[in-house]
Amino acid sequence: MSVNLFRLAALAGCVAMATAAQARDLTVVSWGGAYQDAQREIYFQPFTAATGIALTEDSWNGGIGALRAKAEGPASWDVIQVESDELVLGCEEGTIVPLDWEALGGEDQFLPAAVHECGVGAIVWATVLAYDGDKYPDNAPSSWADFFDTETYPGPRALRSGARQALEFALMGDGVPPDQIYDVLATDEGIERAFAKLDSIRDSLIFWEAGAQPPQLLASGEVVMTSAYNGRITAANQDEGRNFQIAWDAGFVYQIDSWVVLGNSDKPDEAMQLIAYMSDPENQKLLPPFIPYGPTHKDAAAKVDPAVLPNVPTAPENIDHGLFFDRDFWVDRVEDLNARFNAWAAQ
Amino acid sequence: MPLLAFLLAFMVLPIGGMLRLAISNGELGSAMPATTEALRAWDGQGVPPEAVVAGFAAELRAAREARALGPVAQRLNNAHPGDRSLVQGAARRLPDEPDGDWRATLAGIDEAWGEPRIWRSLQAASAPWTDLYLLQALDLERDADGDIASVRDDRAIYRSILGRTFLISLVVTLACLAIGYPLAYKLASLPPRIANPLTILVLLPFWTSLLVRSAAWIVVLQREGPINEALLALGIVDEPVQLVFNRIGVYIAMTHVLLPFMVLPLLSVMRSIPPSHMRAALSLGATPLEAFVRVYLPQTRAGIGAGCLLVFILAIGYYITPALVGGAADQMISYFVAFFTIQTVNWGMAAALGSILLAATLVLYLIYARLVGIDRLRLG
Repeated sequence: MSVNLFRLAALAGCVAMATAAQARDLTVVSWGGAYQDAQREIYFQPFTAATGIALTEDSWNGGIGALRAKAEGPASWDVIQVESDELVLGCEEGTIVPLDWEALGGEDQFLPAAVHECGVGAIVWATVLAYDGDKYPDNAPSSWADFFDTETYPGPRALRSGARQALEFALMGDGVPPDQIYDVLATDEGIERAFAKLDSIRDSLIFWEAGAQPPQLLASGEVVMTSAYNGRITAANQDEGRNFQIAWDAGFVYQIDSWVVLGNSDKPDEAMQLIAYMSDPENQKLLPPFIPYGPTHKDAAAKVDPAVLPNVPTAPENIDHGLFFDRDFWVDRVEDLNARFNAWAAQ
Repeated sequence: MPLLAFLLAFMVLPIGGMLRLAISNGELGSAMPATTEALRAWDGQGVPPEAVVAGFAAELRAAREARALGPVAQRLNNAHPGDRSLVQGAARRLPDEPDGDWRATLAGIDEAWGEPRIWRSLQAASAPWTDLYLLQALDLERDADGDIASVRDDRAIYRSILGRTFLISLVVTLACLAIGYPLAYKLASLPPRIANPLTILVLLPFWTSLLVRSAAWIVVLQREGPINEALLALGIVDEPVQLVFNRIGVYIAMTHVLLPFMVLPLLSVMRSIPPSHMRAALSLGATPLEAFVRVYLPQTRAGIGAGCLLVFILAIGYYITPALVGGAADQMISYFVAFFTIQTVNWGMAAALGSILLAATLVLYLIYARLVGIDRLRLG
């Protein structure tokens, strides 16, 4: 019994110390891995060196539920990188708070898609058409129409599982210009048209779940072409010596991850300072050499190292072929259209 | 007592909470209490009276300013895709003063506000409880008159997914039995010196992550993998067979992952059967087959029952393995629970699917217990 009492006293001591230690550092949260390593080198450490504000890091895997839990507890996270779903839903429910756009230099300094009441774009990343350059020394696929042409390009091909970015690419393959994709998808006929296109190559289609899969599917010869996240394709070329190619001209869907401030942060001023530092074009231009995600500040694209520019979605010769992922459309329709997708898949 | 407290804390409360979430409907009530009251009293004909709509407009503005509108918008969107934008758009563009009256003002923002449909949706969201999610999880909905009807064919998925979940689990269970029974029989009949290391080999997969085992099957089964290359080299097939990213892959990988749960109960039962029984049957004139069917097999029934139950119950909850090695038409119900929990935060739908799986499993379990006899199960 005396041992238990001792343990209890020790535990109480720990709790007391933890409470006393609540004078916490500004906390920044990102996706971890090689990506966050790069961010540490170009954003986090230089920021502390320049301002004297100490930073603590954390990483997460996304999900509005996780954000909510953090926003309802005691202040622990301040600045977080989120995807578009969390940006839209979090802002509506007050989990994240509006930004001080003056401190960032004004909304017109950024790509229009990177501007949101509650978040500023951190990176532009893209879902692209990718293939193994070694398998196609000539007559490589160059459009989404080629993706759906199993006579000229026989063999299995892959898309991400679910309706998102399967329907957009189906319509691109059916000849709909990128700027009309979401107008067409807003109608029942448009949705049927997209599914009919998918149906035309049903037997050759497989679906991937995780972003790590497409490079593996290409490497193992499982598919001849696939949709893929552009950063993964470049990484496979750099790390494994592959010759995977991205058909930028075919059209791609790009999305923006944003920096946001959590609603219960007790350091909103320092949080804005950090976000402003990370949104500075002089700092943003340093990321693409590590990972080919595009900067969101209008002045940064021109400053990016020309050697890596062709791999970056926001490069001038690439971005014109891109379609900005319509986050409002998909937050509204993802459940409905995923049901349609699964009904189609089960036929 | 500690066991009771444990059961209460870790079984009854979470499951009760899940059942409650499946019928919970409090979003509108907490963000817009006056509108909720007014809509409950409304007769549901046409567009509600101006007083109700004006109250709604005032609470819409207040909810937006308090950032409390998100859950309401999501709740409406769960019943009717597109309503999230409809509500958020109205809140954004709501003027301070009505242009004429509030009914016309809202209809001016979006003509949907001039139609009865959205107001009936709001009324449905004002009830204390809802059957929306449970109906959706069974491919049903309430039509314009409030009667239960089937959803459109091209959106009806959950019944077939539930059936698919049970079919995959059944096939995997039978495959585990077909492979596990001879394996356990052989292990039980070997001397311990040889049988023990072999038993450890059966257990070995437990020490590898489920994710790794599933991913390894992709490597083995893929088009340029060893199996396809062997089939091609032997001339059995002319071109690679699709063995993964379809149902075959799911069956193979899940059978491998779950096999130990079949072997272990069988082995424990078989080890307790004296070899003299079979010898006695043979010496009394039975053929080997007859001796096996009439003497050995009945004695292993408890092990078969336990192994099948274990494998089946584990299989119906599978998520990662089918997601990795299956195709779009091979995903089981847990995949959709995860989709609603993590991606769209529609916890009502996630809870409803979970509840229906739980109910269906309990029914199957009762049938099974009646057939096999629950007191005869031996788990090891």
